Amino acid sequence: MTNLRLLTIGGLISYRALFGWLNPFSYVITILVPSLTQLTFFVYLGRTAHVADDTYYVAGNALVAAAAPSLFGMAQTVAGERYSHTLSLLVVSPASRIAVFFGRSLPATLNGIVISIWTLAIAALLFGIHIPAGALAPLGLTIGVTAFACVGIGLFNASLGLRWRETAVIGNLLLYILLIFAGVNVPLSRLPGWMSTLAQGLPVTHGANAARQLIAGASLGHVLPLIAAEALVGTVYVVIGLSTISLFELEARRGATLEVA
Amino acid sequence: MPLARVLLFGLGLHFKMLSRSPFDMFVVVASPLIFATLAYFLFQGGHGQSLLVAALASGVMGIWSTTTAQGAGALQTQRRIGILELLVASPTPFWAVVLPITVAISAIGVYSLAIGLVYVRLFFGVAIVIRDWVAFAVAIPATIGAIGSLGFLFASALVRYRSAFMLGNLFEWPVWMISGLLIPVAVLPTWLQPVSWLFAPTWGMRALRHATLGTGSAWLDIAACALLSIAYLVAGSFCLRLFLRSARARATLALT
Repeated sequence: MTNLRLLTIGGLISYRALFGWLNPFSYVITILVPSLTQLTFFVYLGRTAHVADDTYYVAGNALVAAAAPSLFGMAQTVAGERYSHTLSLLVVSPASRIAVFFGRSLPATLNGIVISIWTLAIAALLFGIHIPAGALAPLGLTIGVTAFACVGIGLFNASLGLRWRETAVIGNLLLYILLIFAGVNVPLSRLPGWMSTLAQGLPVTHGANAARQLIAGASLGHVLPLIAAEALVGTVYVVIGLSTISLFELEARRGATLEVA
Repeated sequence: MPLARVLLFGLGLHFKMLSRSPFDMFVVVASPLIFATLAYFLFQGGHGQSLLVAALASGVMGIWSTTTAQGAGALQTQRRIGILELLVASPTPFWAVVLPITVAISAIGVYSLAIGLVYVRLFFGVAIVIRDWVAFAVAIPATIGAIGSLGFLFASALVRYRSAFMLGNLFEWPVWMISGLLIPVAVLPTWLQPVSWLFAPTWGMRALRHATLGTGSAWLDIAACALLSIAYLVAGSFCLRLFLRSARARATLALT
């Protein structure tokens, strides 16, 4: 019961603290508008390069829109504790780390879903992308699974926050890797073999591919293997993230380096 | 003379401080690497000169990125570290304190330009051929100065907002898009073109492109950078004066 409370209420409070929530303005200017401006930039870059059509960039960037809040939001769950001098209290508490950090990842996942849907919907209107009615539910599933995968890598980023202070740097680096490697803006066929192979193990790669096929009219059954691959990638990152949180916490306790990092 | 000393010393001091900031250095180093790489894979088959221009464009993107990320929040930073009141109370004009900070923020973007050029030379074998070295050498400080002055305007105009840093960030992608950096203005809606003229990166990039390729006179673009710098400085000083008067009247200088 305690763990369930930590998972839900703890996660919710942590998420509210992330934005201050004095008013929704900060959410709009931090999340909703940049996801659209980034997408628009890449749509026009794509038109310049004549590599793929608008749908390619709209689907890819709508899906990767879930990554930024996951990477930075999850990292902030550690960096914010350090900033407010409560990280050491968190570490000495008997609370289950899985409940605490997985709980904090739930609002981030929901957030990722909201942002992806918002970005896809507005971009589809702006650029005249037709999404078949039958694709809406499978697209929702694809977005949910991709947001979960992004939170997985966000958890990993949060764990790095226990070891390194510059979580924004690492978050940006991971985001840039997704923008180049994950087939979001450059088709995997144009990347060298080692990059496209690496992309198979990154969040968003399979989700973006599935979303594009769904928009093109493919059925859920057809893209199910891609969605399953995205879920597998996400699960692996969640496990890695939770493991590295335990590892770095242990290391910080041993070396008394929690506040030094 | 003391004013010139304040400006130069402030510029040097903040440039050195920013050069030791992991976040700022990441932004200026990563931008050219990321966007030059994207350009390479997207524009495969493009000739060396287009990659050279892409490297310059990604360098200007780095300059703009640091300016939006840090310039808008420059005064918030002084407030956060507890020296804003001291700076305002000092006999030095306040604009002379703020301007070197925002120009230094843009000036570390010179790393972006250098890294972009070295990167495409080493990894993609692009020959660094500049048609007009004199114009190129003048265009770099003109671009940095103009973008830094725009940062000064942002810092002054947004200082009363708690979320100045995020408001500044809003301009990052749109200005990258409309300034003719990696995306030609011709592919954008026509109504956006006059908007792009208001932003220094547009003219800075034009100057660097013309100086590099010899496709036009860079000096007109450099002059546009200078004119825009003056306009930004005048508007920024006006905003700063309003802010200071209001903050003094309401005793809110230390508040966010």
